[in-house]
Amino acid sequence: MRQVISVLTEDHPGVLCRIVGLIFRRGYNVESLSVGRIGETGISRFTIVFNGDRESARQIMSQLRKLIEVIDVDILSQGEFVERELSLIKVNAKSQNRPEVLQLVDVFRSRVVDVGEEGLVLEVTGNKEKINACIKVLSPYGIKELVRSGSVAMRRVGFNGG
Amino acid sequence: MTGAEMILRCLELEGVEVAFGIPGGAVIPIYDELYKRKSFKHVLVRHEQSAAHAADGYARASGKVGVCIATSGPGSTNLVTGIATAYMDSVPMVAVVGQVARSFMGRDAFQETDIIGLTLPIVKHSFKVSSVSEIYRVIRGAFYIAKTGRPGPVLIEIPLDVQREEGVWREEEISFKGYNPNGFVSLDDIPKAVEFMKDAERPVILAGGGIIISGATRELLALAEKLEVPVATSLMGKGAFPEEHRLSLGMAGMHGTPAANKALCEADLIIAVGLRFSDRSVGKHEKFATSAKIIHMDYDPAEINKNVKAHAYLIGDAKKTLKELLEAVSELKLEKGRKEWLEKIVSWKEEFKIELEKSGPVRPWYVIRSAWELTKGEALVTTEVGQNQMWAALYYKVKGPRRFITSGGLGTMGYGLPAAMGASLADPSGKPVLNISGDGSFMMSVQELDTCARYNLPVKVLLLNNRSLGMVRQWQELFFEKRYSETIYSREPDYVALARSLGAQGWTVSEASQVRDAIERALETPGPVVINFVIPQEEKVFPMMVPGTTLDNVITQENLGRR
Ligand SMILES: Cc1ncc(C[n+]2csc(CCOP(=O)(O)OP(=O)(O)O)c2C)c(N)n1
Repeated sequence: MRQVISVLTEDHPGVLCRIVGLIFRRGYNVESLSVGRIGETGISRFTIVFNGDRESARQIMSQLRKLIEVIDVDILSQGEFVERELSLIKVNAKSQNRPEVLQLVDVFRSRVVDVGEEGLVLEVTGNKEKINACIKVLSPYGIKELVRSGSVAMRRVGFNGG
Repeated sequence: MTGAEMILRCLELEGVEVAFGIPGGAVIPIYDELYKRKSFKHVLVRHEQSAAHAADGYARASGKVGVCIATSGPGSTNLVTGIATAYMDSVPMVAVVGQVARSFMGRDAFQETDIIGLTLPIVKHSFKVSSVSEIYRVIRGAFYIAKTGRPGPVLIEIPLDVQREEGVWREEEISFKGYNPNGFVSLDDIPKAVEFMKDAERPVILAGGGIIISGATRELLALAEKLEVPVATSLMGKGAFPEEHRLSLGMAGMHGTPAANKALCEADLIIAVGLRFSDRSVGKHEKFATSAKIIHMDYDPAEINKNVKAHAYLIGDAKKTLKELLEAVSELKLEKGRKEWLEKIVSWKEEFKIELEKSGPVRPWYVIRSAWELTKGEALVTTEVGQNQMWAALYYKVKGPRRFITSGGLGTMGYGLPAAMGASLADPSGKPVLNISGDGSFMMSVQELDTCARYNLPVKVLLLNNRSLGMVRQWQELFFEKRYSETIYSREPDYVALARSLGAQGWTVSEASQVRDAIERALETPGPVVINFVIPQEEKVFPMMVPGTTLDNVITQENLGRR
């Protein structure tokens, strides 16, 4: 089962190593990890996705809580949460098929962020499934380069259960 | 004020009495400052691994934070085994290591090693000091983290130029956002636990090292006596409960006493306190005490349901949770008493009687029983790892906490002698410290006899010499059809001459009739002593649980042939 854990930490060098090392040592494979500072507060938030059961998520949560720099840990996959991923897709779109591609872009509510003679760079956000679908639809035109951010996630408003 | 000066001042503020270490290029300013200030006693050891083990032995014997110091690169990497040992057994320790100057960092400079990276999985926390202004917070913070909550080792890396840098001394309040040493407490299950205790006909308490860390031996004794519950301990829990007490079952686990293991197998309730259900203590986790209810009490929420599922759990410091529990059972009256259960336990205890042969070859249990009698069970004992450790655990009965010091979690050979050094420095009485040793382990830190001699430490090594890596040899005999691959030494050192050359006294004993005299003589001789007890090579530790099975699947001397 896919587990999503959200971790608030002090923004120190080395925190990433401690967190990833702890999960890796316990034999879990991190599917995606994203991290960023939040404001100027000296705090970072990690979103970690890995495969395991509920008990393993609970165990990892308790182990993460023991890290001195970890301020809070929450298992999101035990409740309702929103999740987004960002992807940049460089797709072949020469003049003859460019209108077609632009139509598809609309369907996925993605945006063109760069244009060149050979093709376009698109920005798509959404959950993993939506991005997969978008990639699949664009594949026939020829995807030249692809980058995905990994998941970021947050509890829904007013949802505190777990 | 220089960084080095600040470091020493912080250590003074922490009340450090002794530190163990070896200087080197990257810590000379610290040592130079120590030369001037004489802040504490420094023990110059012969190997940094021993510095870490000695700091660890000091910490386990005193309950204070152990301190070791090493230079960058090889000095710091030599600490690694000692840090891992302390981590596995939750021992408070601060390791101060040098690092190359900041301008050399990341260039593979001479003696540059990423010690922070190397030790990430085996420290409670680590700090990289990047400027002199951080020294106060880092050092005071390191001690705070090492000794509070679930204790553990903390590593501090200080670059050479930071030690020389001038800075302004500023004291500040220290706290860490994500760290609350009073931790998470959950006593919601107390009513449930009391209910279980009321209904139980065959309860057993299983006590671990957490009791010793939190100083909860008195509360444990009160609970056991109040409810007439027999008490088994893990190896780390030795000393949590007086082993001569009528309710004591001794040590449980792979080489546990029959009384302890049988009681755990037949129990209908197990109250585990300060214990992480290590596989060495309980065997195969899924098959452990399947018909018993389990109450798990631990400080660390991460331990609950990690190895064994609990039917009720209490989280918090052992002393506090036991107090709460005692309060809750104060009115409880046992309806039927425990007569039958306790009688059964007495009969199991009777079963485990050893023959003390007073002539013929030297038997290891005779050595340990004699040492126990001659020291009235009050000695501070350290052990190495292997058969010697298990014989010590089985036959040296301990009266109270912090008197039996052994590497339980990591099982580190070479631990006992340096740990004995540290422990003897923690004990101001100057009474002898016994290190029960095997010949394999002894040779891994034998050089520290010289340290014992230089500081005139009363460390007595009871060397149970079987000319082999005995415990591995035992496994090969029992489970590998006697293929003794690389466990038997074709020659042995002259241990007496070795001891003498390192400044210790030494003698050899090869007759049981000489055992007691030899121990008495060692106890009376000042300074370090090695007694080379020549024991039969094929001697084994029994009882022994068949590895990877359950506590009732046991090999004994009697059923050996039938297997
Ligand atoms: C540093 C280290 N290396 C290897 C081992 C594996 N090991 C466990 S027990 C043992 C044999 C110990 O021999 P000795 O110290 O002579 O003690 P004995 O079992 O003979 O009492 C070995 C090699 C270990 N525990 N620690």
